[in-house]
Amino acid sequence: MSILIDERTTFIIQGITGREAVSMTRECLDYGSKLVGGVTPGRGGRGVHGVPVYDTVKEITSQQRVDGSVLTVPPAFVRDAAFEAIENGIKLLVIVTERIPRGEVAQVCEHARMHGARLIGPNCLGLISPGKSKMGGIGGAAVKRAYTPGHIGVMSRSGGMTTEISNTLTAAGFGQSTAVSIGGDAIIGSTYAELMPLFEADPETEAIVIYSEPGGPMEAQLAEYVRATKSRLPVVAFMAGKFMDAMPGMRFGHAGTIVEGRADTAAEKIARMQDAGISVAEAIQDIPEIVRSRLNGKGA
Amino acid sequence: MRFYEFEAKTLLGMSGVPVSKGGTALTADDAARIAGEVGGDVVLKSQVLSGGRMKAGGIKFASAAEEARTAAEQILALEIGGQRPRCVLVESKQPVKKEYYAGVIYDALAKLPVAIFSDLGGIDIEQVAETHPGHVARVHFSTFSPFPEFKMKELVASLGISGGELNALTRIMSQLAQAFLRYGLTLAEINPLAQLDDGSIIALDSHLDMEEEARDGQAALLARLGIGREETRLARPPTPFEIRGAEVDASDHRGVAGRVVEFDGTLGCVIGAGGGSLTIFDAIRKFGGDPANYCEIGGNPSVKKAAELTKLILSKPGVGKICVIMNVVSNTRVDIVARGVVKGVIEAGYDPAEKIAIFRIPGSWEDEGFKILEKYGVEYCDRSVPMSEAARRAVEKMRKAKGEPEVVA
Repeated sequence: MSILIDERTTFIIQGITGREAVSMTRECLDYGSKLVGGVTPGRGGRGVHGVPVYDTVKEITSQQRVDGSVLTVPPAFVRDAAFEAIENGIKLLVIVTERIPRGEVAQVCEHARMHGARLIGPNCLGLISPGKSKMGGIGGAAVKRAYTPGHIGVMSRSGGMTTEISNTLTAAGFGQSTAVSIGGDAIIGSTYAELMPLFEADPETEAIVIYSEPGGPMEAQLAEYVRATKSRLPVVAFMAGKFMDAMPGMRFGHAGTIVEGRADTAAEKIARMQDAGISVAEAIQDIPEIVRSRLNGKGA
Repeated sequence: MRFYEFEAKTLLGMSGVPVSKGGTALTADDAARIAGEVGGDVVLKSQVLSGGRMKAGGIKFASAAEEARTAAEQILALEIGGQRPRCVLVESKQPVKKEYYAGVIYDALAKLPVAIFSDLGGIDIEQVAETHPGHVARVHFSTFSPFPEFKMKELVASLGISGGELNALTRIMSQLAQAFLRYGLTLAEINPLAQLDDGSIIALDSHLDMEEEARDGQAALLARLGIGREETRLARPPTPFEIRGAEVDASDHRGVAGRVVEFDGTLGCVIGAGGGSLTIFDAIRKFGGDPANYCEIGGNPSVKKAAELTKLILSKPGVGKICVIMNVVSNTRVDIVARGVVKGVIEAGYDPAEKIAIFRIPGSWEDEGFKILEKYGVEYCDRSVPMSEAARRAVEKMRKAKGEPEVVA
């Protein structure tokens, strides 16, 4: 199985006529995803690689079931586009756009929560359940080289590193159940800990690999989750940005990757995760071996 | 982006929060004049983007214009945490009866703003939360209008405050929270928020942060405060090298080839993307390398943009070689980056085979990219070589070029 999306998932792309969205459309179709429509206001009636384009979300949702939407509209238009998807009953939003002000992300999260919709991102590359469907640009055109069906759940604050890690797992014979690029912003729709129950409930998923960074409380939240629930899934983490610990207040990488407090340095996060029984890999290429030993029941 | 205290107080004043009477001075003469206008005792405060000003000698008191002149002279000449003061803030000094703390931030887990209030103001709030948790109250509030003022009332009242004080503090807490939302802030703190002998409540010091993402939407406010686009307001001001890096990135809207941060090493880094750059930078350091810069390539930068970034990095004195490393890319075209980097090296007057220590970018159009690198004799590797191994090889080449012995990491 997988989480969030599978071969039956239908979705649309809001902002489908944008340059990056056009190639994303091609890739999703080539992968076999059920991409049923796109929206760009003022461009209704056209098509992108055979996918019909509409002016409004309602035109599509009134005709057929739509499970999800990928949003790739410019930052200033994301909030309204997200509200449009949510209020038309779409339950899974993947926001690819970066540089959305934090306050607007909070509003989208609040709106989604009120309507029972789940949000992935913003500032992400989407998600993939290998062999079934992919939503977003994750993996690019050569997606099949990096992602293969299997039993590892992957969650990453970096879109590129989602693929790097999955590729490393694939090369070592570990496929993925679902790989989620959760987004690099300070506030994201779904944190590691919020996706964990979904992976727990998926009988196919046997272990979790995460990519993490300094900044924010999400790794501490995951550590607390693993400790409190005694999760059946071994978790292996890789922590990037160790050099940033010596440079508080400087901005590197993602918007969410700024050390603002005492508890959000790389060193502090590694300690907290290890304390909760999460294995922390020193290098990406070490991950498969650690996964193997954790699956064989050996300790962290 | 952090606001100076005087800017923060202008913004608070615009939002209705009472602040002290005073003004900013660039010279000791101006400081003396303002002190005279304010009358009575004054406090002079160095305007730097850092805490610990009192300890560093950046805050002084004066009771007459002449005294203020001397104090201002000393403050204006004093560097704090490597920063020269922007100016000196001269304010009327008021007798304080009690100090509170008022703050608003986003809670990344609740995904809501949270207002924080304490009746132990004047010290670091994280410290108060640790040592006197019963004196810190928090409340989350909705980002949708209308603003729930009653929540601020409940927040203040939860620490046992009532009477006129409750109403005054509720009003200020609400004004602060609404300013936080209206101006796209990520941190809004008044500390201390002081009750004076006459019972009135004013903001004595304030720390406000605005994120990069909010700047476009807040152009009018930033113009009013006189804050230019070039003021990044990070932990230190941008170097000329970093400013040129930002110019390269802004020269073309396609993709990212910038976010340059200068370091003092000799290995130039053409690396990406967001997470990949952090991973590579750690690896270079782990193997004993000394990076000349941090940067990020992402999306689909043009050949010209990649070339200009390469040239910029090679123009930095002391840079011996560059390494070009990214994670497996989804939408960045390997051939375009390869062409750009090679072009940049040649235009800078060097041989790509000698200057590029290693090229490791696997992904879309990699075969076309590798062909270009082969033609110029550049060492490259595909996804079978881990990112950290590519970093190690680059560090090793630098070491050999400098004639240093091999180090086994």
